[in-house]
Amino acid sequence: MSFWDIASYAAWGISGLILTFLLFDAFRVSKEYDEDLMMHSIDEGNQGGHGHE
Amino acid sequence: MSNAAVNSDQAAAEGEHATLMRVLGPVHVWALGVGIVLVGEFMGWNFSVGKGGAFGSLIACWIIGLLYTCVAMIDSEVTSSIAATGGQYTQAKHISGPLMAFNVGLYLVMAYTMLEAADALVVGDLLVVVAEQFGHVGLDPKPFVVLTIAALALLNYRGVFMTLSLNFVLTAMAFSTIVVLFIGVKPWNPGEILQHSELLTDLPYGWIGVVAALQFGMWFYLGIEGTCQAAEECRSAGRSIPLGTMTGIITLLIAASLTWFLGTGLLPWEYLGQAGVPLYDTARMVGNPTLQVLLFIGTILAAVASANGCINDASRAWFSMGRDRYLPSWFGAVHPRYRTPYRAIIFLVPVAISFAFTGLLDQVITFSILSGLMVYTFMGINMMKFRKMYPLGSIDRPFVYPFHPLPAFVLFLLCCSVYFATFLGYGASLISILAFYIAASIWFTTHRYKYVYRSAQFTVSWPRPKGF
Repeated sequence: MSFWDIASYAAWGISGLILTFLLFDAFRVSKEYDEDLMMHSIDEGNQGGHGHE
Repeated sequence: MSNAAVNSDQAAAEGEHATLMRVLGPVHVWALGVGIVLVGEFMGWNFSVGKGGAFGSLIACWIIGLLYTCVAMIDSEVTSSIAATGGQYTQAKHISGPLMAFNVGLYLVMAYTMLEAADALVVGDLLVVVAEQFGHVGLDPKPFVVLTIAALALLNYRGVFMTLSLNFVLTAMAFSTIVVLFIGVKPWNPGEILQHSELLTDLPYGWIGVVAALQFGMWFYLGIEGTCQAAEECRSAGRSIPLGTMTGIITLLIAASLTWFLGTGLLPWEYLGQAGVPLYDTARMVGNPTLQVLLFIGTILAAVASANGCINDASRAWFSMGRDRYLPSWFGAVHPRYRTPYRAIIFLVPVAISFAFTGLLDQVITFSILSGLMVYTFMGINMMKFRKMYPLGSIDRPFVYPFHPLPAFVLFLLCCSVYFATFLGYGASLISILAFYIAASIWFTTHRYKYVYRSAQFTVSWPRPKGF
């Protein structure tokens, strides 16, 4: 196995680890913190939208 | 525990909302704008030489430089007045209304995500070239493309200060390689290395070739408008946005002129017009291995810096639209510890990877450029409306751009010229992109508008606009 083959496998592996960490942390934060705390709205005084998501 | 973590925990305890962190200065704004663009000096700009010849490319370089100077001036005034993330989306939201805001927001996300994909493809392709030079033929670029996007997404996820501080280092190093190459070709001694007198020719396709070159002239500057996305994270947006943006466009005008000077002085226009990595090829012509390696490194650094800035900007635009419920409000969340729009960052990772895996660099870039062009077209219109609705003296403006309405008018006219130039070379792409955005607008009007926060249209405490 050449250096470049190893580098390719390493790149896949590190990418997988990073993406797993991002998803895990996002999931953990969503569980740990209240959704209201994380929702950043500049002006929440008069929410004129008439639909509901 | 960092200060940010302590602050967010305090906010949680007090029942407040997490906000983006105000930590950026003019240097970060410069790094964001120039960082996104600089890769265009290393590749892409040279297709303008293929359309209009060397002089045609120079004319395109300076005419499009004028277009982007107008963009930078308008951005400096409006964004320093409305210091909220979202950039031109926020400008359109305050000045024109929801439909234009939705379109501009979508253009921004598409432009930056596609440019990010193209940058990652460039990194992958350059590594394939390196592998071939070391005797390994047929290296698959995909793992390196994914690694580039994933690693930069992680950096953006962990905080904006480190992200843009790193971008400053990468961008400054990449820019330095252009300056070193300029010194290396001994410009004070024309004829020794530089051969302008032999290589510069008349316009090979006449003035219509110059018009066709305008579209590719955008590569010199595409992305400087991204400085606006940092507005809400600046310690002082009124100082940082104008200073970072205007020094950014000055840097790019210098870099673009140097790049043209170097490329056309060493490579014949017939070759330069279709080269994949023109600055690297220019360094090869000098015959100095150190310069060659330096320019190769500069190309990779510029591509990484560009992808990094694009992730920052695309996620801010997506986040802003989520916050105002132009998109599901779930995207409007801020990470309580890192204070970044973390859901928007994660959501756009697979989107960027999907674009990159198509491998269609030309199409991806064309879509990105046209999306950017649509943003600029609306900016000229919005600026005219902005000054009409809020004349000088009616609101606080940290920066007032000069000669109004001339720059807004010139911007609009130049955008129309570039549309014509694009139609000449990429008519089918232009029409299909317009069809995509029209379909998205219909979806927004019929299915999404009912959810939009009306009050989020105006987030600044200004007086009622003139005439309303």
